[in-house]
Amino acid sequence: MDIEKIKSEFPIFKQKIKGKPLVYLDSANSSQKPEAVIKKISNFYETEYSNVGRSVHSLAVKATNRYEETRDIVKNYFNAKHREEIVFTKGATEAINLVASSYGEQFINNGDEILITELEHHSNYVPWDFIRRKKKAIIKFAPVNKNGEVEVDEIKKLITNKTKMIAITHLSNVTGAITPLKKIIDLAKTKKIPVLVDGTQGAPHLNIDMQELGCDFYVISCHKMYGPNGLGILYAKKKWLDSLPPYQGGGGMIDEVKKDKITYAEAPTKFEAGTGQTAEVVGFSESINFIKRIGIKNILEHENNVMEYGIEKLKKNNSINIIGDPKERGSVICFTIKGIHPHDIATILDDDGVAIRAGHHCCQILHDKLGLTATARASLGIYNTKEDMDILCQAIENCKKIFKI
Amino acid sequence: MELKELYQEIILDHGKNPRNKGRCDKFNREAKGHNPLCGDKVQIFLRLDTNQKVVDISFEGEGCAISLASASILTDIIKGKDFNIAKKIILDFLEMVKNEAKITINSLSEDQKITIMSLSGVKKFPMRVKCATMAWHTLSSALKGKDV
Repeated sequence: MDIEKIKSEFPIFKQKIKGKPLVYLDSANSSQKPEAVIKKISNFYETEYSNVGRSVHSLAVKATNRYEETRDIVKNYFNAKHREEIVFTKGATEAINLVASSYGEQFINNGDEILITELEHHSNYVPWDFIRRKKKAIIKFAPVNKNGEVEVDEIKKLITNKTKMIAITHLSNVTGAITPLKKIIDLAKTKKIPVLVDGTQGAPHLNIDMQELGCDFYVISCHKMYGPNGLGILYAKKKWLDSLPPYQGGGGMIDEVKKDKITYAEAPTKFEAGTGQTAEVVGFSESINFIKRIGIKNILEHENNVMEYGIEKLKKNNSINIIGDPKERGSVICFTIKGIHPHDIATILDDDGVAIRAGHHCCQILHDKLGLTATARASLGIYNTKEDMDILCQAIENCKKIFKI
Repeated sequence: MELKELYQEIILDHGKNPRNKGRCDKFNREAKGHNPLCGDKVQIFLRLDTNQKVVDISFEGEGCAISLASASILTDIIKGKDFNIAKKIILDFLEMVKNEAKITINSLSEDQKITIMSLSGVKKFPMRVKCATMAWHTLSSALKGKDV
């Protein structure tokens, strides 16, 4: 695999940051976009753009076809059983809000329990908190162990006959831990509890087969998958989409509207109210093509090689503390440096063209547990190399020099 | 170069060894500030006497070198200042980090002016301006607040 050639498909790397080559280590936050995705979007606007699913003119037909083709591409890529199980949303956050609201409205009642984990991003906690307040429900947090993982046994211990939902991340955006999803889903199935997987960090790096995984809901953030901003995907088993009430009302999602009665369209249209992210959906087809061309397993293998090299190198530095030591780690490395706050690290690294994220990464529950207010995070994409890790380590030396450590 | 302006010796020193840390004796005003995006926190405690003079001031907080240094410098500068002067210094400071204005107020010594101006490097780093201003906004709330 020629990484330099793949990297050259990303126009963003043509520029210099503060006079230095860009070392982009913030893909867990948002990935960069290959030229094919950017071109697909501009080409769509230039030649095929119109609103979808409404008008009958030629452009409307073209645009609708492109939009619906992407649904098929997504369905096939993730091996969903039906194309109707793919709902386009404005992000993974909206997808979780949709499930929390529609499922919660119908199936969560006073005293019922929602089981999440201490690893969750705020997006997989706050929407459940809305339902907790509205329905006087209870949220239980499965604890993380010292390695930064959630064990199946901890989930098992917290399941009761009141548990109405298990909502869990696929891959932690802080510790990098990959959740033992299959075991959790199989366990939940024996208790007839639906499982929502926050696949925001999982989908860009891991091979996912929805039918094999067997979860009820899986949410995807397209902008972290080399795709456009403002687009997310909710995969949900057909039985849920058929039975859940709509999330938002508006144009497109209706069957018939009368003064005294409104009926809704079938899923997924029922959940796609208003004009959605047309060009973004169309553009995302090229992100999937890009990933398929390289192969998700090759992407994972490459990222793991770079990550392991980086971790070994960082570990040699006594001032660095790496957060978590999961058995299975995705390409996320959170760390702290004794005596330098993560924000200062991020600012100084930027001077060397190195883009990392600093802060609590929308995981305050986890940071509280770790006794930290913030961490620095380097996260990888297909375009990263071992040389990037060398530059990161060199830039960290610069931080230490400035702070006289 | 810009990085050197940001992380000047004075800032690094105040960041590492913050002055007036803790809760000052008999404080009668306090306010909390925090930055929800990064989790940095600051709490200012001060004692205003009957002549409207800040006779003591201190802070507690967690954050980056810039936010800690800013809070530390603030307490050093504001201690002993009258209420109205303190308010004027806050305005001057905020103008300095946002609009490149110079510190004009007469009631500061040259040393104090140099110290406060060491924080002006932050204006080249728009994402970090909040780190420097958080303590000053919190001081403003503390001054406006009622006695505790």
